[in-house]
Amino acid sequence: MTSTLTPVRKRSALTKGQLPKAAPYIVLAVALVLGAAILALIGFNAFGWGIVSAILFAAGLVGWSLVVEGARKAKDKLATCLVVGSFLVALLPLFSVIWTVLVNGLPGLLDPGFLTTSMNGVTGAFDNKTVEEGAPLLGGIYHALMGTLLITVLATIISVPVGLLTAIYLVEYGEDRALARAITFFVDVMTGIPSIVAGLFAAAAFFALVGPGTKTGAVAAVALSVLMIPVVVRSSEEMLKIVPNELREAAYALGVRKWRTILKVVLPTAISGIASGITLAIARVIGETAPILVTAGFATTINTNVFSGWMASLPTFIYTQILNPTSPSNPDPSSQRAWGAALVLIILVMLLNLGARLIARMFAPKTGR
Amino acid sequence: MSKRIDVKDLNVYYSKFLAVEDVNINIEAKSVTAFIGPSGCGKSTFLRTLNRMHEVIPGARVEGEVLLDGDNLYGPGVDPVTVRSQIGMVFQRPNPFPTMSIRDNVLAGVKLNNTKISKGEADVLVERSLQGANLWNEVKDRLGKPGSGLSGGQQQRLCIARAIAVEPQVILMDEPCSALDPISTLAIEDLINELKDQYTVVIVTHNMQQAARVSDKTAFFNIAGTGKPGKLIEFGDTPTIFSNPTEKATEDYVSGRFG
Repeated sequence: MTSTLTPVRKRSALTKGQLPKAAPYIVLAVALVLGAAILALIGFNAFGWGIVSAILFAAGLVGWSLVVEGARKAKDKLATCLVVGSFLVALLPLFSVIWTVLVNGLPGLLDPGFLTTSMNGVTGAFDNKTVEEGAPLLGGIYHALMGTLLITVLATIISVPVGLLTAIYLVEYGEDRALARAITFFVDVMTGIPSIVAGLFAAAAFFALVGPGTKTGAVAAVALSVLMIPVVVRSSEEMLKIVPNELREAAYALGVRKWRTILKVVLPTAISGIASGITLAIARVIGETAPILVTAGFATTINTNVFSGWMASLPTFIYTQILNPTSPSNPDPSSQRAWGAALVLIILVMLLNLGARLIARMFAPKTGR
Repeated sequence: MSKRIDVKDLNVYYSKFLAVEDVNINIEAKSVTAFIGPSGCGKSTFLRTLNRMHEVIPGARVEGEVLLDGDNLYGPGVDPVTVRSQIGMVFQRPNPFPTMSIRDNVLAGVKLNNTKISKGEADVLVERSLQGANLWNEVKDRLGKPGSGLSGGQQQRLCIARAIAVEPQVILMDEPCSALDPISTLAIEDLINELKDQYTVVIVTHNMQQAARVSDKTAFFNIAGTGKPGKLIEFGDTPTIFSNPTEKATEDYVSGRFG
């Protein structure tokens, strides 16, 4: 009489309907087939197919989920679709650029002597011969590579001390004074300065100081450091700010002077972030074209003296090879060289980014027992 | 090597805000003095004025005199760096330097000031300081490892070792056990008892049992209300403060009938 019957239930009261695990793949396959069918009606192209399929996929998955799983899960699926979709949209141009440069640049890069010879003495006649008679492609980017490296190194030598010391002033000594606020404001303004303006500034400054028409690697380096300093200031400032105040106080309490505290406690603690910030700032300016055009000019010969004579660089090399091919009647060798140079530039930037990560890991405060 | 501290008519400000008002207190050499009181009553602020760490905060300033064996810390021409090398400090949260090994952390006060020290002398100093902080046996085999790899209690004792390595006259401790478990707390309290043979120790604590256990004298700070300055209500021998205080507020606080 007291015994109760447990009702026999088919399903736990805690679960709702669930889509099968393979649901996204099924919907994807259906969306791809449907998308192809729709595109076939209005004329097929791969880009349109991708877009139509993506919309069909999102609509199908969300709709199915709404019917089976309910509104909350359907909203979750919609958000997932949007996030993944934006991710793909963001990655698409990146991969497209790398792929295009790789395909077009590899033949030039693999050409013997491309990295070790300059364009000195390479005339249109040689390029015509290459196209018409299949003679080996002459000329290379050695001069431009050296120019880019030297100009960037000099720009770094100028920018890092100025930028780092400014950041130290702002964080350690500024105390929100009017001067510190003004510096912060102007650094922000300088971050947005168009690069050609930086180039014109450097050109005009050397025009006034040295003489008219001064175009050397050093002028270009000054132009680049105008662009680089605000980036270095900003990144170093952020890194110095996140050094805990407790460490500064710990050093003060030991009777250590402020400048020693900054030099031996604050900077070593922040150095990994600062170093990677500087590397990224270098990567940011190494591909600048406009300021170098107006400050270092063009050159076809090797010039390793940044203080005299025009200097080639990779961006300006690409620019001139495309715009004024060495042989106007046969521009293909020139464009091959330009793509090759572009590939080298991208590889340089990639190496710098890898270097930044490596530096950050190397200097990072060590943990472990 | 320990000195007494006498404070005369001290007012402590953050910009225009008067945080602690009119403190007069005499801290004996080679004794442990505890500061107790509710949160925000200014005991930590007052402690930081004793080695001129208060003025590190922008806008912070002090009126009055703090005498270290008769020499005014706030006299004209006094270098705060000299003051701090004589009066060491241990903070609420353990803060070993993350870029340095255990050994370098102990030597920080010497090395950061670029004082020349031979390897032999450094070894002696490291061992003596770590012995003094009751940490030597736990870390003697891994002195080259980073200090951040130690447990919280060990890190705090490392910070104490770092503070006594510069051989100060006075050690200030700002709630040194509030981030630690009871066993680490016990280790630090034992250590404080040993330290008072050589140093003048001033400790801020929220834990009244701790104040009763470790201190010779106790100062009770209180605040009349939000925005009002903190004041020193009563200062006396620890047993007196805890069993037979003169002020009603002190009695309420130590017996838990506060507020």
